[in-house]
Amino acid sequence: MQTKHKVNISISTIVIYVLLSLGALVMVFPFYWMITGAFKTAVQIQMFPPLWIPTSFALDNFQTALSMAPFATYFMNSVIAMIGCVSCCSFTTILGAFAFSRLDFPGKNIVFGLLLGLMMVPFEMIVITNYRTIIDLGVYNTIFALIVPFTSSIFYMYILKGFFDSVPTSLYYAAKIDGCSDWKYLWKVMVPLAKPSLVTIILLNAIATWNSFLWPMLAVSDPSVRTLPFGLYAFVSEGGAHTELMMAASTMIVVPMIILFMFARKQIVNGVARGGLKG
Amino acid sequence: MKITLSHITKQFAQTTAVSDFTAEIESGHLIALLGPSGCGKSTMLNMISGILPVTSGQILFDDNDVTDLSANRRGVGLVFQNYALYPHMTVMQNICFPLELQKVAKAERMERAMAMAKLVHVEELIDRKPSQLSGGQQQRVAIARALVKNPNVLLLDEPLSNLDARLRIEMREEIRRIQQETKITTIFVTHDQEEAMSISDKIVLMKLGVLQQMDVPQNLYDSPANCFVADFLGNPPINKTTGVVKDGGIQLDNGPLVHDDRFTNLKDGQRVTLSIRAEAATVTNENGNVDCVVDTTYIMGKESLAYVKLGDQRIRIYIPADHEFGEGSTLHLKLGKRGVFVFDETSGDRLI
Repeated sequence: MQTKHKVNISISTIVIYVLLSLGALVMVFPFYWMITGAFKTAVQIQMFPPLWIPTSFALDNFQTALSMAPFATYFMNSVIAMIGCVSCCSFTTILGAFAFSRLDFPGKNIVFGLLLGLMMVPFEMIVITNYRTIIDLGVYNTIFALIVPFTSSIFYMYILKGFFDSVPTSLYYAAKIDGCSDWKYLWKVMVPLAKPSLVTIILLNAIATWNSFLWPMLAVSDPSVRTLPFGLYAFVSEGGAHTELMMAASTMIVVPMIILFMFARKQIVNGVARGGLKG
Repeated sequence: MKITLSHITKQFAQTTAVSDFTAEIESGHLIALLGPSGCGKSTMLNMISGILPVTSGQILFDDNDVTDLSANRRGVGLVFQNYALYPHMTVMQNICFPLELQKVAKAERMERAMAMAKLVHVEELIDRKPSQLSGGQQQRVAIARALVKNPNVLLLDEPLSNLDARLRIEMREEIRRIQQETKITTIFVTHDQEEAMSISDKIVLMKLGVLQQMDVPQNLYDSPANCFVADFLGNPPINKTTGVVKDGGIQLDNGPLVHDDRFTNLKDGQRVTLSIRAEAATVTNENGNVDCVVDTTYIMGKESLAYVKLGDQRIRIYIPADHEFGEGSTLHLKLGKRGVFVFDETSGDRLI
């Protein structure tokens, strides 16, 4: 039996695995280059042919990078902005998805159609409107400016509505008969049932917020409210082109996301595969 | 709790699902809402539960008008066709849920839920999730959840249709037992006449949203109000023949004249449907009511089911197994006192 199994590995399987390995190599290489770069000296990083394996694993570059810019503050800002965005957005997403899925109100389909239409407007186009909004709200250059425009998401609402729609109506009526209000039904039945979808939404949202660059660059200028990606950019332009320091800083920034991804990999992959989500 | 339904009408856009439905359901009774699919029986149940509003009419629980009360304030228990258990909760949590919403203290909640679990015999399964239960077990849990808040009325929507044949018989006896033990007024929807006949105190038979007859099962069978009721109940289905009243008998279309003392009062020339239950016609040696010719026979053991011809019209009758009637032999048929009905052909109204 054992030998038969081995014989059964066909040429196409080998080809597929070779191609997949190549793809994985291409994807992983930038990360490898970044991480090893963080351990090289200024001279080593410019060497040609490239130095594939760093000669020392000293943390000097990390220390220098940390001392040159307030990365701890940037990190805290990123965390606050991420938690703010994700919690507000999840809340509005749940409410909106429930309303569009289960409640009856006049013009429901028209409103939903309009919202879906708005999804086609790229974020870059509404940057100016958003900018005006935060100026008028008087939150420019504060952490709130990073949160306010992202307190709701049509896309996530659409995904969650899809899940809510798949919950049988009889469950809603059963809850009604049991004496449940709409509000309680949402939180006691719908949300627990939607946990897998919700986790996916929250993770994707967290990653998107963590990585967002354009908006933080526009909405804040003061170093005390900068987030990590913008802080990194500022670090490069203000500190000159110290590639090895930049690599060290970048490494520090992606580590939280890599940890998050490693823990929630299954959830993310499932969510993307099931809902056909984009990342 | 007595339920009074008076002149209930339900309209969905263009279609009338239930029209002018009036019935009174006595306290502590088990009532079957019976009818073919699409007759409005589930709609009726949903209106009693409060899930659907009525278009017009009144629903009274005892003397209280609940017509405009929302579902969560009517105090009804409802068991859905697909049971609608909360998939993320255990059996215990499912049964507790209505009490939790009523803010019953936890200790009392557990105690009452456990009592219910015992009543429906699921006390061994309380830590399982619904997905780990069989259909019959889910059904029991759904009944327990419906009963735990001591509702005034228990409603069951096609409770047995998702179960296999053997479980169906077991569960219908269970439903009867639980109903008898709790003495709760119960209404269940079914399209299965056998189910309705076997366990209900009274059957409400509906057709196209209109109440046809409400009576105890035996009366519905022995004394149908109209042709539809006679057709719907009985297995094998009642034999229907058409003819015209002539000389105190019924002249079947392309067939013989059927004599019977009962037919003498019918109006000459009226077109009628003569319906005969299979067990109502017996073979006799003397002069019967009508002669027929054997077409085919099926041996069933204790008796044979025979298709016999009355002219061009075929009917099913039972004949004793010890007689051998070959194809084409002529029989004298005698019509019994029960199971022979005459209806107006167009209106379906019962004449005899």
